[in-house]
Amino acid sequence: MLRIVASASRPSSVSLLSVAHRRNLSSTSARQADITLTVDGKEVTVPQGSALIQACEAAGSPIPRFCYHDRLAIAGNCRMCLVEVARSPKPVASCAAPAMPGAVVFTNTPLVHEAREGVMEFLLSNHPLDCPICDQGGECDLQDQSIRYGSDRTRFHEIAGKRAVSNKDLGPIVKTSMNRCIQCTRCVRFANEVAGVEDLGTTGRGNDLQIGMYVEKMMDSELSGNVIDLCPVGALTSKPYAMQARPWELKTTESVDVLDALGSNIRVDSRGVQVMRVQPRTNDNVNEEWISDKTRYAYDGLRFQRLTTPLIKGPDNRFVTASWPDALAAIAAGLNQTGAKGNEIKAIAGHLADTETLVVLKDLINRLGSDNLASDLEGKYGNAPPVHGIDVRSNYSFNSTIAGVESADAILLVGTNPRHEAAVLNSRIRKSWLHTDLVVGMVGTRADTTYGFEHLGEDAKALEKFLSGKVKGEFAERWAQAKRPLIMVGSSMAEHADGEAVFGMLARYVAATGERIVREDWNGFNVLQRVASRPALYETGFVPSRAATSTTPKFIFLLNADEVDPASIPADAFVVYQGHHGDRGAALADVCLPGCAYTEKSSTWVNTEGRSQLGRAAVPPPGAAREDWKIVRALSEVLGVDLPYEDLVGVRDRMWAISPSLVRWDGLEGTSLEVAKAGLGSLMSNFYQTDVVSRASVTMAQCTRAFVTREKTSLEGLGKEPLQAHA
Amino acid sequence: MLRLPRRLPRLSPPSSRLISSTAPKRSDALFIHRDTPYNNPEIAFKFDAQNLKRAQEIISHYPPQYKKAATIPLLDLGQRQNKGWTSISVMNYVAELLEMPPMRVYEVATFYTMFNREPIGTNFVQVCTTTPCMLRGSTDILNTTCAHLGGLKPGETTKDGKFTVIEVECQGACSNAPMMAVNDDFYEDLTPETTKKILDAFAKGEKPKPGPQSGRKTSENSAGLTALTTKPYGPGEFCQPEFQ
Repeated sequence: MLRIVASASRPSSVSLLSVAHRRNLSSTSARQADITLTVDGKEVTVPQGSALIQACEAAGSPIPRFCYHDRLAIAGNCRMCLVEVARSPKPVASCAAPAMPGAVVFTNTPLVHEAREGVMEFLLSNHPLDCPICDQGGECDLQDQSIRYGSDRTRFHEIAGKRAVSNKDLGPIVKTSMNRCIQCTRCVRFANEVAGVEDLGTTGRGNDLQIGMYVEKMMDSELSGNVIDLCPVGALTSKPYAMQARPWELKTTESVDVLDALGSNIRVDSRGVQVMRVQPRTNDNVNEEWISDKTRYAYDGLRFQRLTTPLIKGPDNRFVTASWPDALAAIAAGLNQTGAKGNEIKAIAGHLADTETLVVLKDLINRLGSDNLASDLEGKYGNAPPVHGIDVRSNYSFNSTIAGVESADAILLVGTNPRHEAAVLNSRIRKSWLHTDLVVGMVGTRADTTYGFEHLGEDAKALEKFLSGKVKGEFAERWAQAKRPLIMVGSSMAEHADGEAVFGMLARYVAATGERIVREDWNGFNVLQRVASRPALYETGFVPSRAATSTTPKFIFLLNADEVDPASIPADAFVVYQGHHGDRGAALADVCLPGCAYTEKSSTWVNTEGRSQLGRAAVPPPGAAREDWKIVRALSEVLGVDLPYEDLVGVRDRMWAISPSLVRWDGLEGTSLEVAKAGLGSLMSNFYQTDVVSRASVTMAQCTRAFVTREKTSLEGLGKEPLQAHA
Repeated sequence: MLRLPRRLPRLSPPSSRLISSTAPKRSDALFIHRDTPYNNPEIAFKFDAQNLKRAQEIISHYPPQYKKAATIPLLDLGQRQNKGWTSISVMNYVAELLEMPPMRVYEVATFYTMFNREPIGTNFVQVCTTTPCMLRGSTDILNTTCAHLGGLKPGETTKDGKFTVIEVECQGACSNAPMMAVNDDFYEDLTPETTKKILDAFAKGEKPKPGPQSGRKTSENSAGLTALTTKPYGPGEFCQPEFQ
């Protein structure tokens, strides 16, 4: 079924019709010539090996299609893309036919029209006419194309009725309605190639062919939500979004995801004040066309457990709602009362803190005379400067760039499970592993990565042994010869007892290998951050000084810091929490200030490779919540240390002064070549719940039950009642 | 005087009205697996020593990275060892042996109709009803078979588990139509009488001689040869004397 891979889904390092690899059957060598052909009277030049459909697209002739997708292998089974080729006796399926030099193609002739009509008639003969109750309505390829290319009547009046297919339970995310399936097999190809969950397939044959897993099983993949976007009909739709909205009611806002450090480009669809769904936006440099399930479905967490008004803890240890002036005055009073001076004033930045607020908060704390700028790293590691140092950007960035992963020929994973820490990046590694002879080695807790790897050991000792060349094996051999070796260190390493040793070891190794790992055209040393705020944290220098590390704080400002260890907060300290969810951080606080979630503010986010991107406000914040940087700015006035900016432009000027790359949105500044310093388990045990938004999400809780704790309870009925949520 | 009720009852009143007006179209086999006491992944299956040797021999025909090419022969081997049907455990075992995702094996096993995914009787009777056999009276053969085995319907197994009867498409023995296959053997040129005889023999545990049951040899003309009736030339016959 699977044939050559379409161009966009091929790793960039591989040429068309690629050379012999271990995992490929063909041994023909690549010839990257351009060929010229005529489409509808227009001459068009495309690379050799392109599909005819790509040549037609290039000539500006739209071709209807169902099974063909740029990023998936070619199946050629829907037959919708038939075109007429001169001197060919029959219409040709343009997705499966290679563009040939000198071919004369017609896409707008009576033959083609008739062929499309015929195909459409067959597809619709078994497709239920339930568009009014179908969630795909309004964005359905079958609907659109049947109007554009189909006939207005059918010749099928089967006494026996239409084909009936049982629905499959694919888990809490994908809702199936298999009667609507037209068997384009896009989902099957996605699951097998991109997601690496080789459970989905086609069973039966002919009219009885159906998509499914044969056995009862859920689709256990972090990328499973993407099959919903891929499905050209309403067979696979979103369970949490089922019957919630119609596409034409939604306002779309282009934004950036912050639930991992990849900065996936997303489109937030909202209706009124509610986020209705999140969908991917194509960005070949970051997330291609995919997003992870957490990115897609944690949005219902934005409706629960929100902080909507300022809260002050009363004498009976209960929160009392307050007005903004009262809350800010209470903070000023608290600061006075504790008598905190200098480094005793501490700020802790959490996972979801945006760059603007980090800059403003850092200025405020510095003006109060403190350098105690901690972050909520695991355990006590956030209270000290990070072991990798932050002076050189390449020490904490993903230097090879996300797209650059595809050109690596050997990858060494150190203490990371990219499948959980950056699910979309993991699909790139899998893509490269499938189509090139990439080898992967792993030091750290063994994990299911969706591609093969050689496990080199669990701990720092194993890493030392490998780096000193004492390990024999295929991976070690290939690593030694690799032209573009890539080391990927998990951010958890900076939060590990052996972290300093590991980074030191790697730094010495990178330095010792000279030009092999770090050179002008290749920087193979990478730190994979898993938390959205950390790259910006390090970029803006939001780390404690050595002196501040040992100070016992008396006044603590938690900025979205929910992963902070409660034991690290002294009982007599005055604690302020600013954030959007009433989670662990708010429980520790004396005063809570309601901020905005990422869908409610326009702010800058820096991803793991150092790319700064602009998130945009899709919906207004709930209740009295305010934009985060403005809260800190207002607080500075109450505390008597006015910050010198009045508006967002002023804040961004300040960001420019700190690091110009912070406001060069969407671009990527190369990192310097200098690497000053460069069981290791991943700290992420539950992919689906890592931050306040995903912890508050019902869908993510269901995913946790289905895929992490694997509770046997039926998920039926859950999520069916309308959820009572504010905002 | 007989009085008619004011409303005549309908001839076949539906007991309850369905919401949908379309009738379900059913396939003869399910293409999804549902766990049953006799067919679930918990039931262990392994090739016996002899079959394992045979399996390894089959696998050795293919390059090591394309081991999956052995899926069909291995499934067949598994089906034979598993009393003629391919259980989910057989499929899982083949997938494990060939180091491929189980789904790829399920796809193959559901695609090919000769992999029985439900248990069958000891004698698997497949009656051909495709056009040439039908023209030669396969309907009679099928009816005879079903009636003789105690009123089965095609697709059913006898209560004693000795016979399963199904209708199949062309088996490629059209010149000897009508025909049926019992397990691996073809019984051809059938009449209702010979069919009963064959079934009786199988019921007794015997195995009748496969092939045409009419007494003719393979697919020769049953009325005797009409061509090539004379003695064929021997070497040198009708040749110049010097070549004789």
